[in-house]
Amino acid sequence: MKPPAFDYVAPTSIDEALEQLSRGGEDARPLAGGQSLVPMLALRLARPSLLVDLNRVTGLAGVSHAAGELRVGAMTRQRAILADSLIGRHAPALADATRFVGHEQTRNRGTIGGSIGLADPQSEYPAVALALGARIEARSPAGTRRIQVEKFFLGPYSTALDRGEIVTAVIFPDWGEGTLMHVDEVARRPGDFALVGLVAALRCDAAGKISRAGLAWFGMAPTPRRATRAEAALTGALASGVDAEEIGRLAVEDTEPWDDVHASASYRRTVGARVAARSLRRILDASSNRGRP
Amino acid sequence: MSEHRIETHINGQRIEKSVDARLTLVDFLRGECGLTGTHAGCEHGVCGACTVIVDGLAVRACLMLAVQVDGAEIRTVEGVAAADGSLHPVQQALREEHGLQCGYCTPGFVMTLVAELEKLPRPSVAEMTAALSGNICRCTGYQGILRAVERLASAPEAEARRIDIERSEEPR
Ligand code: FES
Ligand code: FES
Repeated sequence: MKPPAFDYVAPTSIDEALEQLSRGGEDARPLAGGQSLVPMLALRLARPSLLVDLNRVTGLAGVSHAAGELRVGAMTRQRAILADSLIGRHAPALADATRFVGHEQTRNRGTIGGSIGLADPQSEYPAVALALGARIEARSPAGTRRIQVEKFFLGPYSTALDRGEIVTAVIFPDWGEGTLMHVDEVARRPGDFALVGLVAALRCDAAGKISRAGLAWFGMAPTPRRATRAEAALTGALASGVDAEEIGRLAVEDTEPWDDVHASASYRRTVGARVAARSLRRILDASSNRGRP
Repeated sequence: MSEHRIETHINGQRIEKSVDARLTLVDFLRGECGLTGTHAGCEHGVCGACTVIVDGLAVRACLMLAVQVDGAEIRTVEGVAAADGSLHPVQQALREEHGLQCGYCTPGFVMTLVAELEKLPRPSVAEMTAALSGNICRCTGYQGILRAVERLASAPEAEARRIDIERSEEPR
């Protein structure tokens, strides 16, 4: 179908964009990469009165690292995330997850801020943010704030953003030496929404003990969901003594999967436990190969 | 509904038009510019039939608004063959390997592969098929398309093209 009628503006500064959004009122929406919003327009699931295009706003794209934090600007394209060396070093799960995000043609447009702001429970980036303990930097006419990721995703397509507030960056804390990350998902075809997906990060200390664990599911609950029981079981354990199958079973206990045409909830749980076990084994093998116990 | 004056270059030709905000790029190309080589399949970002190259990158023309290409450089399937009508290596490979039947999906496959060959000096079969994951074909069962990809990966022209691209590439 064709999109319904709307007004369109393409501001070049953030302040101007915020002003247009607030002037546009309730039905004004920001347009980032458009790879989800434009299909929603075509299907008439969204009927904004005004689109405020962020693609010409300066200063919203780019990656930087300082003071123990990686800052990924909201309009950084998925294509750029795949190839960025700072992301590869400090938040490799973000690049790893991008392999699963859409296709070449959509990654050329799609952005991290768009994905985080949309809060699709099946998408990869929100779970990466949750697993790594990111903060979402948001800006409104009232100023800039940083929202803890645990408080950001409220439900399917629902976030803690106020009306007229936009995501300006996602901030990832450094996990430090000895960290390994892995992202895995099961989907019907490459680029499809995940039936089950998991982002996993483990940090091991020099003695081979797991000092920090972050596991977050996508496609397994109305929001990205941390596997807190599995994280607790891993933290403080010796990496060499981890029973990956056992942790995998524990990890799905924190999920709330659903039945749909693609898969049943029980299928998602079964496959989820396997995905978690496989991811953990991969991380633990890599960590012992690295010379860390 | 707002209307906007845009100026863009399509296949090297300057185009200036007034467009409604809600007009998608694919409908702009087909309806306003008469470039019906770009096909609209699903019109919501699933099939890849509408793939065109915007500022050097393959994108879905149904997921961009015409107003967004103001100032951009666009290439469509009409601009791929040489001026004398001789086919681009991608078109030639698809033709020789029977990589199309009805042809509806073909412009999308062509533009995705053209972009891939320009992005990577010498893409492997795996890299090209990965790039094609977002293009759906209902007819061929993909075997002819995959043979075309293999031909492109091994063709002697691949070497010539690689040298061409290396020469033209700015250091970065
Ligand atoms: S028509 Fe654009 S992806 Fe199908
Ligand atoms: S040739 Fe008919 S859809 Fe591909």
